[in-house]
Amino acid sequence: MGIDINGINKFFGSFQALHDINLSLPDGQITGLLGPSGSGKTTLLRIIAGLETAEQGSIWFQGRDVTRLHVRDRRVGFVFQHYALFRHMTVARNIAFGLEVLPRKQRPGKAEIKQRVGNLLEMVQLSHLADRYPSQLSGGQKQRIALARAMAMEPEILLLDEPFGALDAQVRKDLRRWLRNLHDELNFTSVFVTHDQEEALELSDQVVVMSHGRVEQVNSPLDLYASPDSRFVFDFLGQVNVLSGTISNNRLRQGKAHLTLPEAVANGNGQIYLRPHEVRLAQAPTADAHLPVCIESISVIGAEVRIELKPQGWLADEVWEVGISHGEFNAWQPQRGDVCYAVPDVGHFFLGDEDSPRTLSWLNRMPPTGVDSPRASGM
Amino acid sequence: MNAAHYRRVGDTALVRRWLIGTAVVLTVALLAMPLLMIFVQAFSQGWSTYVANVLDEFTLSAIGLTLLVAVLTVPLNLVFGVFFAWAVTRFTFPGRKLLTTLIDIPFAVSPVVAGLLYLLLYGNNGWVGQWLGEYDVQLMFSWPGIVMVTLFVTCPFVARELIPLMQQQGREEEEAAVVLGASGWQLFRRVTLPNIRWALIYGIILTNARAVGEFGAVSVVSGNIRGETNTLSLHVELLYQDYNVVGAFAAASLLAALALLTLIAKSFVEWRQSKD
Repeated sequence: MGIDINGINKFFGSFQALHDINLSLPDGQITGLLGPSGSGKTTLLRIIAGLETAEQGSIWFQGRDVTRLHVRDRRVGFVFQHYALFRHMTVARNIAFGLEVLPRKQRPGKAEIKQRVGNLLEMVQLSHLADRYPSQLSGGQKQRIALARAMAMEPEILLLDEPFGALDAQVRKDLRRWLRNLHDELNFTSVFVTHDQEEALELSDQVVVMSHGRVEQVNSPLDLYASPDSRFVFDFLGQVNVLSGTISNNRLRQGKAHLTLPEAVANGNGQIYLRPHEVRLAQAPTADAHLPVCIESISVIGAEVRIELKPQGWLADEVWEVGISHGEFNAWQPQRGDVCYAVPDVGHFFLGDEDSPRTLSWLNRMPPTGVDSPRASGM
Repeated sequence: MNAAHYRRVGDTALVRRWLIGTAVVLTVALLAMPLLMIFVQAFSQGWSTYVANVLDEFTLSAIGLTLLVAVLTVPLNLVFGVFFAWAVTRFTFPGRKLLTTLIDIPFAVSPVVAGLLYLLLYGNNGWVGQWLGEYDVQLMFSWPGIVMVTLFVTCPFVARELIPLMQQQGREEEEAAVVLGASGWQLFRRVTLPNIRWALIYGIILTNARAVGEFGAVSVVSGNIRGETNTLSLHVELLYQDYNVVGAFAAASLLAALALLTLIAKSFVEWRQSKD
């Protein structure tokens, strides 16, 4: 069941929580609402569910206007951030709740309810916990029971508010994978709220980035990471290395750092944003890039070696971060305190106060002769 | 507690003995002894005198009135308390803070003053009382007045028990129930009520204890008509002023016994609450 959100405005007193939200969430897909706290993402989710009402705008489920439909009658599944399991009911009773409160005519018989609860418990692989109380469960177990309870009514829309927020890293990863599989199997439309970019990128088919009650960008995870529309999305999504400076003659300059841009740009102030994978490290500057940095810390945990760099003779608001492969690391063996040079392959350039970037590439430019190959692995 | 003994700041043998000793002496002198004396005095002329005192016509009527007051006050304040707590914890509206402050007035105001206020308002010369008098309705110096002031004095107990609990539990469970399709009544019956039941019972016990034992406010509006507007608490004083010490203590022993029962029930509920 697709969800359409038309011109939603929401106020809490004089504070405007949502500004003219227009979104279309496709049928059968997982959409992640991503943003920092206070960005309005939970409010939007609650409006879709019907737990909050918007002052303006409408919500449509598969072409049907549900704006004035009571939350009780919207028939969505909702998983709360803190699970909201009924504390005085056993796990089985929790899951059966939705079926038990159905009007007498629609309510299945006792045996059928028991059967369906059994199936749901199997689905979440917790059949052995049927007679426990919520306080006797771990966080991950509670989360799965909350999901089973929401799924009991066979909703076509499943809404999840920070579903994995309160869990530790390993459980979170398992549950994420499990939810993805469940979704692929049952094919409902899901919307989930998160402030964790990794979670949003891994779990969603489509990510909606929000800030200050506005939608910043809607895109697939891949496009979102590769081509952010705005500074906000850049900063919020993943690590980014920034060089701010002034441009003259196509050269961005700040202190001892300078970078020749591969395309013609106007003079003035500018910023270049670089993802960690778009930057290499070299022992000498290139003709285009002179960005001296000092190695501040090296972290070898994970698929690649993460190196934090402190600018030498120029300034950046945050330390730079570059990832190199373990192979490169072993060949080069950098130490803390070593000075080297950052060399961008691709970058995203913001001129002045402009909010949308221009992507630049240095890859097709021939390295000027007389300079060593800048590849770190070549050192 | 850990089996090993850790010495904390100020934890020396002398300080410990002195503090514990003082606490025990004060408890015995101020609480246990007077309570014991009630029963000693009540039974000082033997069991048969005690029974005769309890079965005295006016004592029985006082017991009846006291029970009537409790039976009317407790359910009314139960309903009021639940509505009140629900309103201030589940909704935001202008004046909500003021309302939660106002509920404490009966705690802050001396019961005698409360009785006087009711007398001024609903008495024969009061604003409302005069108007009611024209229709031959008399509230003060009759049992409705006693019920009214008792309601006033005991109205915070249930609400004050529920508000912090409902605030702490939040509304997520209720929202979950509504999303799952529960109607308003199903929501209250299946989710809210089971979550607050022990706090509710605790509030009822406190309300009942206070309703039965209230003296100050009741004495102002009662008029002390023997056999008509005399509650058990007032009856104790009346008997004592009649120099019927044994009779007074016999009536008092009933109140004391009720208080002991209340304490037991209260401890049980506290124990259950701690388990939830």
